[in-house]
Amino acid sequence: MKTTNINFIGNRNIALIFSGVLSLISIISLATQGLHMGIDFTGGTLIEVGYQQPADLNALRQKLDAEGFESATVQNFGTAKDVLIRLKLQEGVSSADLSTQVLETINKDMAEPASLRRVEFVGPQVGDDLAEDGFLALLYSSLAILAYIAWRFEWKFSLGAIIATFHDVIVTLGLFSLLGLEFDLTVLAAVLALIGYSLNDTIVVYDRIRENFRAFRDKSTEEIMNISVNVTLSRTIMTSLTVLLVLVSLFFLGGETIHNFALVLLFGVFFGTYSSIFIASPAALMLGISHADLMIPVKDNSDIAHLP
Amino acid sequence: MQNHFPLWKNIVIIVTFLVSIIYSLPNLYGDDPSVQISHTVNKLTQAQATDIEVAIKTTGATVKTFEFKDGKVVARLTNTDDQMKVADLLRDKMGNDYTVALNLAPNTPDWLRAIGAQAMYLGLDLRGGVHFLLEVDMDAAVKQAEERYNDDLRLALREAKIHYQAVTKDNGFIKVTLKSADDKTQLMEVLSKEFRGLTVTEPEADEQVWLKVSETEVREIKKSAVAQNMTTLRNRVNELGVAEPVIQQQGENRIMVQLPGVQDTSRAKEILGTTATLEYHLVDTEHDVQQAVSGHAPIGSRLYYEKNGSPILLDKRIIITGDQIVDSSSSSDDDGRPSVSISLNGIGASKMGKLTQISIGKPMAVVFIEYKNETRVVNGQKVRHKEKVEKVISVATIQGVFSKRFQTTGLDSPQEARNLSLLLRAGALAAPVDIVEERTVGPSLGQDNINKGMMSFIVGFALVVLFMAVYYKLFGLIANAALAFNVVIVVAVLSMLQATLTLPGIAGIILTVGMSVDANVLIFERIKEELNNGNTPQSSIFAGYDKAFGTILDSHFTNLVVAIVLFAFGTGSVKGFAVTLIIGILSSMFTAITGTRMVINWIYGNKHVEKLSI
Repeated sequence: MKTTNINFIGNRNIALIFSGVLSLISIISLATQGLHMGIDFTGGTLIEVGYQQPADLNALRQKLDAEGFESATVQNFGTAKDVLIRLKLQEGVSSADLSTQVLETINKDMAEPASLRRVEFVGPQVGDDLAEDGFLALLYSSLAILAYIAWRFEWKFSLGAIIATFHDVIVTLGLFSLLGLEFDLTVLAAVLALIGYSLNDTIVVYDRIRENFRAFRDKSTEEIMNISVNVTLSRTIMTSLTVLLVLVSLFFLGGETIHNFALVLLFGVFFGTYSSIFIASPAALMLGISHADLMIPVKDNSDIAHLP
Repeated sequence: MQNHFPLWKNIVIIVTFLVSIIYSLPNLYGDDPSVQISHTVNKLTQAQATDIEVAIKTTGATVKTFEFKDGKVVARLTNTDDQMKVADLLRDKMGNDYTVALNLAPNTPDWLRAIGAQAMYLGLDLRGGVHFLLEVDMDAAVKQAEERYNDDLRLALREAKIHYQAVTKDNGFIKVTLKSADDKTQLMEVLSKEFRGLTVTEPEADEQVWLKVSETEVREIKKSAVAQNMTTLRNRVNELGVAEPVIQQQGENRIMVQLPGVQDTSRAKEILGTTATLEYHLVDTEHDVQQAVSGHAPIGSRLYYEKNGSPILLDKRIIITGDQIVDSSSSSDDDGRPSVSISLNGIGASKMGKLTQISIGKPMAVVFIEYKNETRVVNGQKVRHKEKVEKVISVATIQGVFSKRFQTTGLDSPQEARNLSLLLRAGALAAPVDIVEERTVGPSLGQDNINKGMMSFIVGFALVVLFMAVYYKLFGLIANAALAFNVVIVVAVLSMLQATLTLPGIAGIILTVGMSVDANVLIFERIKEELNNGNTPQSSIFAGYDKAFGTILDSHFTNLVVAIVLFAFGTGSVKGFAVTLIIGILSSMFTAITGTRMVINWIYGNKHVEKLSI
């Protein structure tokens, strides 16, 4: 790939408007529709069963209704032979017995009993704890990274990187909310991994900006940013491509349980790449980054001067 | 000299590579479905082992190896059907005192085992099994303690002849109202001697004393409530026949139970939910046991069986029950013989005291009673019912008068003493537990997950390798070698640490495959840039590595920070993801920077180079 010379920074307003609209839509969707939280956070019971033949979902629903499990939702999971049954938390019912009862109910009068593939039950207290831990993980990782970049670079870069990363997270979550996809623990893990990845991309660009600030003293901040984004462009795209390759493989071959995990990262890598090219540098620019912020402090040689 | 590694660097890299290969090898050998048989208390004898071997052969199952070691038998079979057949047969044949566990026995060759190399530890989502999170009801535990103090206090007051009007429980306080305020000093003396776990507050009214279970005591109660439940659970799990159960405390009041390979969760829940208690009875020595066995038990007595199966006649009257036992522990007595010390609460102590006064020299027996919930198929219908199982676990002669604390001796071995004290504690009143989380993965899904994980790994890896080779030519091939090396290191480290590999963990490895070439992309792009700037190939290689290093460090560090936070806050399978991510990031920096450099130095170093294949 030949080094390009695209005026990213000059045309930053286009990207900023695009991102602004995207973020706004995401925030509105998150505020009105929210995320479709999985049982990891809401509590509840989830039962996955497998059949030899495609399952008759209506018959299963009727059976469950008849036994008093009206709140149960029944759907296919991955293939027509796999069925996922979800139950909300029920007051007064010993939750541990619930899965046993459901299994007995659906196997009643069946020639071919369902084979149990998976049961997940999360009590309300555990759900709250998992949600709290998840939130704390998000908070602490953000803080740790903020501190690290502020230490290695400068606070304007640090804030710029966080803005770009938040942009990626919000847009990714917004898409999840719009599409009504389920948000569970593994998805949360993917969101955190996405934070790491998105920052990784941004830092490579920042690193070059810092280097170029020191190399070209006569160029304007805008020019330096443009050069830096352009020379790192092939790397940014190459790395994103290799990550996308493995994610596509994970998405299509990794099975249903890992589907949303891969999807978050697919969205995330896409937006992360976009934001480190189009958003991260303008953000730092608008925060007022300049040569002065990144000059290596002139070494005070007075100690050496008076040595013999 | 540019682009030349000193010898020691080459050696370090090559040795790391070789060690990683050796320690990742066990994962290639796979494992056999096996059945493991052991006795709950004693070791198996050679004769028993031979019996078992003969019995297994009658099922027609193909036995791969039959091993008798450390009093345990492990039979490796060729498939899971045979495994179930053998296990069912042995469970019927061996009875309750033996544990028949299903297991996957690794096929690791001896020379690898000798250097401590093991295959990765697979999480429940890959091998199938049950995960329970149990919560101990701490409020109930504290309430039980208050109840106990309340009873003990009345008894102590009576014994010390302190007249009281009332001892009442009120809002977490135990309020003692004395008949006269003059007895107060005497009361205080009793309190400071026998009730150190209570804090005393004195209200306005002179004849009153308010007592509260102290903070330290509450902490103790909570600690022992969890500990006691864990002991009980361990006993129960042994019954289930699980080869590698994990029982761990999580947080202040939760216990995690993981039972790999268990498929029948309803049975697991039944056994974990079993309640046990025990009763002390006097042994009826006046009547003939044999007559009772033939069906004529004397009035007032009942026939029981000891652990070894011999019949014993006990007085029907109960001396004390298990909920009056506060604690028990195994130790050795003054002569070094194994013994079990038992402490009773107030009511139990006074009953025991009264009985021992009149029964010195008589034998006393402990009956262990379990209420098991069992689901049985009766006339094609599943019927759940509670089954009461009673067994005499200890018989000892009363040597003297005792009440609150006493010792049982005459046990055969320290192991037996430990077992008895475990059972006593299991039968003692424990704080109730609830299952607050359950995650069960059926065996078919576990295998599915492994296959899918492997498949997406192979395809993802192949795509990246192809892409790098096409785009970066020879340098791409070198990066690919480093990538493979990286995967080997990750697998080796996971195997060495015996960290749990989960499905998200596999996803983490796949993700690192995609991300770890990043370092090489950074370096190679930098080298290209240097070449474009008109530098010589040699100095471009040097500058490329040199300049990219700082960037790689910064960008990988943020990834590492996130992975560490994820590890700290994640639970279960998410933790597995964080672990592989952390190992992957660290090892990829080593392979992508140092590993590739070594090969590039071999190829291009120390000679005149016109053009790089990049």
